Amino acid sequence: MTIQFNDETFRDDFTFRNSAAAIARFPFPFHEDSYMYSVNLEPHTTLRPGSPFEFAFDVDEHYLAEMKERAQVLADDPLRCQSLPHMTLAGWDLLEYIMEAKARDYPDMFSLSKNGNAWHWVNKPMQIEQKFTFLDESTLPCGPLEYITRQTQGDFALLDQRDDNLWMDAGMITTQADWSLDFDIGMNFFEWHAPVPKAHEMGIFVRALKFLLNLQQGAPTRRLNWTMTVNPLLDTSPENYHKWGPMKTGMTIDTIGQQQHLRVELQTLFRLPRSNAIAFPIRAYLCSFEDLVSVPKWGRRLHRVVRGIPEELATYKGFIANQPLMLEYLSQYDDGAATSDGIFPDD
Amino acid sequence: MPKTEFPPAIRSRPVYGVLEPRGGKSHLLIADGAGAAAILDLAATAPAEIWARAHIIYIPGASGDTYTAQLKALKPAQFYAGPSYAAASQRIGDAFAKAHMGLQVCLSGTESLMGQAMYAATSAGIPHTAIQTEHRGSTARRMQCVHCKGITENVTTDPFECSHCGLNLFVRDHYSRRLAAFQAVCVDAEEPGNVPEKVELFR
Repeated sequence: MTIQFNDETFRDDFTFRNSAAAIARFPFPFHEDSYMYSVNLEPHTTLRPGSPFEFAFDVDEHYLAEMKERAQVLADDPLRCQSLPHMTLAGWDLLEYIMEAKARDYPDMFSLSKNGNAWHWVNKPMQIEQKFTFLDESTLPCGPLEYITRQTQGDFALLDQRDDNLWMDAGMITTQADWSLDFDIGMNFFEWHAPVPKAHEMGIFVRALKFLLNLQQGAPTRRLNWTMTVNPLLDTSPENYHKWGPMKTGMTIDTIGQQQHLRVELQTLFRLPRSNAIAFPIRAYLCSFEDLVSVPKWGRRLHRVVRGIPEELATYKGFIANQPLMLEYLSQYDDGAATSDGIFPDD
Repeated sequence: MPKTEFPPAIRSRPVYGVLEPRGGKSHLLIADGAGAAAILDLAATAPAEIWARAHIIYIPGASGDTYTAQLKALKPAQFYAGPSYAAASQRIGDAFAKAHMGLQVCLSGTESLMGQAMYAATSAGIPHTAIQTEHRGSTARRMQCVHCKGITENVTTDPFECSHCGLNLFVRDHYSRRLAAFQAVCVDAEEPGNVPEKVELFR
């Protein structure tokens, strides 16, 4: 296989690491030296071979470790995966979409063969081989949403469309930036975004919803979102906040480079063919400050973004207390030179 | 006691109206405490004939006997007074399960009562937009601890202690209709033991 998978953890001893290749392909989210909300959607089409934007569902060196982490989170808290009764068909839609995409984009790792509704799925990295009947739940070990997302990196929300709104009626959410599927399931687009400051007043959600209601089959879209995470924790859930919260204090100028991670979410949206639901994968990528500043353009830019961020956003994203220390660290890597447009490193 | 006025809040927080007469084949009215006064105000303007096809489910709580006689005097086809929502919940579920097209649903009183009855109604297939609500009485909140998932009723202070796991929790405005509860999150997660002083926010 072409990818060498890491043996690493996202908890306890935190052995998660990015290889040099993973740093180079990290989806750095800032295309300029400042940040404010926008409806930053673009077509989810192939961009830059080797980047996380090349394929519909990116598989990288963290795949096996992330799937092991997900299994542990689900064992501890099964409510992280839920599907309201009318969403089963959307789960099958998603399963089909992912299996077809992975078999097409990574034929050395995944294969799918079909004979009518008799399907045969092979996932070599996870050593899974499954023969099942498409649309027959009794032929899989669990529901279709849970089955396929136990084998796919990133969180997944399935959004039902009715009454000119989107409803978060199913999901597999184990690597979230501090929101609870168990609390938010059944909410509409405005309700689940209710706690986000400023963006409602800016009209962001009205415009985004209008766009998404018209999302077409075969024309997926994507955006990047970001936050900050201390230690390479994937499970920054509100459920476990009292366990990971204490880690946010106690960093020093000597440890912040290794401990502080920029957490980037590659959010993609796909219209599903049978259910007319929208699949909303939220794929989290983590990169330590130390690794980020190894790319000079990113070191300069990250310093300027963190310096200029509105207080309300730094509070909402949960790093206001650590902002001075971040700036002290990052300022060492900002010589004031101009930076080039766009998110990618200078060649 | 008039309808409660709430300050503007985030989009997941429910908003309540004023009960008004609407034509329907039958009426189901569920209230607690001072919510009875909203039914009595409705009776002042509603056609008298609606009560012959009305079912009132009332949980007096601290209001005691204040409103019971007046509610009975409306002569509803069915009248029930019970000690708690939990005690009445089977009856409420049954009423929604047996409901027919043309039922008008009116909920009045505390957010806890309206939220739970709203969830029972929507679970039975009644769209939440077709249900009338009016807030009266206590603004105490029904809170779900996001950590242990336990519900603490009648929360009046911020922060408060989870009645199940004991964590110190702060009160959010984020509201789940499915749980009929606001979200409560650990207040001293980042500095265990550093708990702000309690402030009485709700009465």
